[in-house]
Amino acid sequence: MRIKTSLAALALGGMTWAGAAMAADTVTIGVSIPAATHGWTGGVNFHAAEAKERLEKAYPNLKIVIASASGPSEQANDLEDLVSVHKIDALVILPFESGPLTDPVRWVKQQGAFITVVDRGLVDEGIEDVYVAGNNPELGRVSGEYMKEAMGGKGKIVVLRGIPTVIDDQRVDAFMEVIKDTEIEVLDMKHANWNRDDGFDVMQDFLARFPEIDAVWAQDDDIALGVIEAVKQAGREDELFIVGGAGMKDIIKRVMDGDRLVPVDVLYPPAMIATAMEVTALKFVSSAPIQGSYVLGSPLITQENAKDYYFPDSPF
Amino acid sequence: MNDPELAVTANSRARSRLLDLDLKLYGPLLALVALFILGAIINPAFLSPANLANILTRSAFIGIIAVGATFVITSGGLDLSVGSMAAFIAGVMIIVMNALVGTLGAGWATIFVGIAVSVALGVSAGLINGLVTTRGKIEAFIVTLGTMGIYRSLVTYLADGGTLSLNFSVRSVYRPVYYDSVLGIPIPVLVFAVVAVIGYVILNRTRFGRHCFAIGSNENVARYSAIHVDNLKTLAYVVQGLCVSIATIIYVPRLGSASSSTGVLWELEAIAAVIIGGTVLKGGYGRIGGTVIGAIILTMIGNILNLTDAISNYLNGTVQGVIIIVAVLLQRGSWRRNR
Repeated sequence: MRIKTSLAALALGGMTWAGAAMAADTVTIGVSIPAATHGWTGGVNFHAAEAKERLEKAYPNLKIVIASASGPSEQANDLEDLVSVHKIDALVILPFESGPLTDPVRWVKQQGAFITVVDRGLVDEGIEDVYVAGNNPELGRVSGEYMKEAMGGKGKIVVLRGIPTVIDDQRVDAFMEVIKDTEIEVLDMKHANWNRDDGFDVMQDFLARFPEIDAVWAQDDDIALGVIEAVKQAGREDELFIVGGAGMKDIIKRVMDGDRLVPVDVLYPPAMIATAMEVTALKFVSSAPIQGSYVLGSPLITQENAKDYYFPDSPF
Repeated sequence: MNDPELAVTANSRARSRLLDLDLKLYGPLLALVALFILGAIINPAFLSPANLANILTRSAFIGIIAVGATFVITSGGLDLSVGSMAAFIAGVMIIVMNALVGTLGAGWATIFVGIAVSVALGVSAGLINGLVTTRGKIEAFIVTLGTMGIYRSLVTYLADGGTLSLNFSVRSVYRPVYYDSVLGIPIPVLVFAVVAVIGYVILNRTRFGRHCFAIGSNENVARYSAIHVDNLKTLAYVVQGLCVSIATIIYVPRLGSASSSTGVLWELEAIAAVIIGGTVLKGGYGRIGGTVIGAIILTMIGNILNLTDAISNYLNGTVQGVIIIVAVLLQRGSWRRNR
């Protein structure tokens, strides 16, 4: 028993020593992201892998470990592994949910790691060193502004919402705020769960129900693809236009080609994970000051600028 | 029979049994009619031919899968993997067809190969579920829970976490399979009808069908009666796999894509359709006609909820749950009295 214990202590000591030696010349960055369960998170995984390859090539002393989790509690487990197994010097995290992950991230911080939070903020302030924020209200606002302008401030629209979450609420609230004082009438809103099949079904029903629809706010490109098919099936593609969101390559291609049905898209880029990884890497390879918040815009993608946002190799 | 009292009792018992039988048989149909009337009251647009065609077309996917599930459940099994299986088959079909455009061209030859691949995959997937369940002597719940996870992650892997999209020119050739009609009836509805009729004949008019009932009622008795229980149970899973592949063949031309979110929860919808239709979850009794009605009821609930803004979107699940339970209650009440 005693031999076993001392052996374990020896092994542990050896590992710590090895870890310390490695830490002296290499920097390990842990990246914790949701698993690719739908299109957008698929994009997050793709861009994280791409950024890892690029950064490790550019800075040979940098090691990046990506862990993807399919739920908040699994993500919390990942954080423990990143700290105890990989001895990370920095953490880049796109939290599944803000509430449940605030304490686990605080714990990582207490272990001495540099913290970068992406997209969804934590509940407590002051934990993260860098915050790279996607901007959900901005997506709603930009979409609303475009609709207002394109419709001349009046007309009838239907709205397809996402999965009932804070993200969805923020987008819809900001959108409604913009069109509040216009003569744009929202005929109805239904949840299509950021899903193509649901988008198709809900839009079929909207088309059966409303003889006159001037525009559709689909809020998401997966939903938009389902909506496009439903509209084509009903043969009503000449009477309305569709605004999606996110920046999926299929939709951006349509915008680029001047598809009348999909004149624009609003960016909500999964590549924001790459932004966060780049910024975090800078902390260790340069003396540039990087601490603070970075709020990414949700620019309107039009036929003119679409090629800047078109990545044919991305799965999203 | 000379005793008048006895005659009366027998007569009334016969009548009440007739009534019970009717309720049991027509319970799901009554629920469907009630839902239909509700829909018509809520929004006149419900009755438009386009909307009714939408409902039937949409119910085809779940319906065709549920016809297969009727065999599995009647024979005392369960298949949780059908939704993931559909997503996986759709993904492989798309990859194969995209790869063949170069050699076979963007025409029907390519599509036929895609369809053949789909059938082969569906049958093999069913065979795997069946063999592991019967030869491995593992509960169907665990086996198909396992394959459910496997197919789901395989399609995610194939799609790199994103979406697999069918080559545009193949798609335009294949598209009519979902969107076109023959004699005014959408093709998916026709396929659904044909599958249901064949399923009905097999379940009710063949030895295989009768044996499914027998195995589901009591597997040991069936085994002592010289029924090849393992083979027939496996065959039921193969029928299920084939049905999933047929559903996938008409699903792919709809949106021309497959991703990790394709077919999520289809397994539960299929099981719900089967049970609403009067099949018994623990096996031994199954009805294809009821399953068809069950699938239509499920789709119709979603459709009606989309046609009204009287109910908060957040409560959709509540309405669906209540209607499903009431529909089953309607026929189970009489089922119990029948005993």
